[in-house]
Amino acid sequence: MAIQPEREVMIEAQGLTKYYGDFMGVENLNFKVMKGEVVGLLGPNGSGKTTTMRMLTGFMPPSSGTIKIAGHDMQAESLEGRRAIGYLPETVPLYTDMTVEDYLGFMGVMRGMSADRIKRRLGEVIELTKLGAYQHSHIAKLSKGYRQRVGIAQAIMHEPQVLIMDEPTVGIDPIQVVETRQLIKTLGEEHTILLSTHILPEVSMVCERVLIIHEGQLVAEDTPSNLAHRLRASDRVEVEVRGPSGEVTTALRTIQGVTNVTRTGGGDLATYMVEFRSDVDPREQIGKLVITKGWGLRKMNPLAMSLEEIFLRLTVREEGI
Amino acid sequence: MLRNTLAITWKETKTYFSSPYAFIIAGVFLALTGYFFVQSISGPLPEASIRNWALGSTIIFVLWSPVLTMRLLAEEQKLGTLELLMTAPVRDSEIVMGKYLAALLVLLSTMVLTLFYVGMLMFFGDPDLAPIFVGYLGLLLYGAATLAVGLLASSFSPNQIVSAVVGFGVLLLLTLIAQAAPLTQGLTSQLLQQISLTDHFLDFARGIIDSHNIVYFVVFTALMLFLTSRNLESRRWR
Repeated sequence: MAIQPEREVMIEAQGLTKYYGDFMGVENLNFKVMKGEVVGLLGPNGSGKTTTMRMLTGFMPPSSGTIKIAGHDMQAESLEGRRAIGYLPETVPLYTDMTVEDYLGFMGVMRGMSADRIKRRLGEVIELTKLGAYQHSHIAKLSKGYRQRVGIAQAIMHEPQVLIMDEPTVGIDPIQVVETRQLIKTLGEEHTILLSTHILPEVSMVCERVLIIHEGQLVAEDTPSNLAHRLRASDRVEVEVRGPSGEVTTALRTIQGVTNVTRTGGGDLATYMVEFRSDVDPREQIGKLVITKGWGLRKMNPLAMSLEEIFLRLTVREEGI
Repeated sequence: MLRNTLAITWKETKTYFSSPYAFIIAGVFLALTGYFFVQSISGPLPEASIRNWALGSTIIFVLWSPVLTMRLLAEEQKLGTLELLMTAPVRDSEIVMGKYLAALLVLLSTMVLTLFYVGMLMFFGDPDLAPIFVGYLGLLLYGAATLAVGLLASSFSPNQIVSAVVGFGVLLLLTLIAQAAPLTQGLTSQLLQQISLTDHFLDFARGIIDSHNIVYFVVFTALMLFLTSRNLESRRWR
């Protein structure tokens, strides 16, 4: 993983846990996001993504655990921490009776920007989010895609060190999805970004690193390509064979497509974990081999990789984009 | 920081006056007090004072204030913008004060419009201005207290109707509670008498400034605003 130790930690969650009464929201999350990273928080609906983000931004406190944003403890120095954050909640919160310009100006003040800086920054942000034609329009009149852009515009208005975006591409049309991802990539050049999504391809498109969250727990953390690699290379079958263990292992290794064989248990009766490339299925060959050698085939059990299982549940197939 | 508070006040004031909301609500107040005013100057013994409509206002405020404030925090919850405000480096108390000041501005503007009645009195009669001044002071304090109750009610629910009804219920109770005083004795009776909003207003309507009434309204208002702020803060802990 490409994390250099000298890079500054911008988001740090330690033992982050949230219970809603007896209901577990998230449990014992530990992760770090370094300066300049674009990290995706991937998980199915209801897995705890929004809960995590709401805790990170200080909207609600964790039941236990600590959060540091840009070095500020979100409980002890909440205001300082909040100052460093730009946040786009899941449902883009907008004052629909305001114009785009007024709204951004108001949010700028709320984020502690000076009037001069707001004036200067407004032009830049509007250009970046391509809102030029609508800056004097009332937000109520904008389409969903443009509202999303206004939401992003307010989140980056004050040039925050950390940008947290909850499902930034949900509910907008495919062309706008592509544009939004492009925008996030551009923003990623200057900001530290944590974004949540339940769309697997989106992660590989915009994120350098992925945190997979499932039922409130962090189940995997890696770069998108490593994860994909791990998934692809990860087919396994468990075989229980009665036979001379050394010979069995060697024989199994000769089967085409098998990448690794590990043995558990000793003596004549042992269990072998056979790993093989995902483009072959050597189960029949294994059966044939064992029988022709005169050994006893006691059990053969294909193992679903836990990560893949999770991934399958996570993956929302995206068509046409 | 004062700047956050004022920015919120400015935004809310603009919202009030950029829609018919503030105008309708001020209009209703004027129509109702106008009725009381005409009543007081058209009988066989016309009075050059504001006492009649000022007393009438105590009832009007019970309904008027919750309607004026119902939007303030309920809508933020409904739109989800409260999540933005609460994650911005803004204190909960600044949000509450900003909203409250905007409602107070509408109250003040409405009171300024009622000066028309005073103008009429001065044009056609010879009113004693001191009790009128005291009456206005009382109206402002009373109105400010009811707005604080309305704002507190608005912090409980994303539904504006719910917040208006809760505010109305609380204010009505605070208005009527003094009537229960004679039914009880000793400390309880006194307590009920003292809690009542209207009771503390009566002296003002008579033209009497009693510092304990002023203290009551100020403390009451501050307490309501404090509770509103705490209620917002408590959202973080749910």
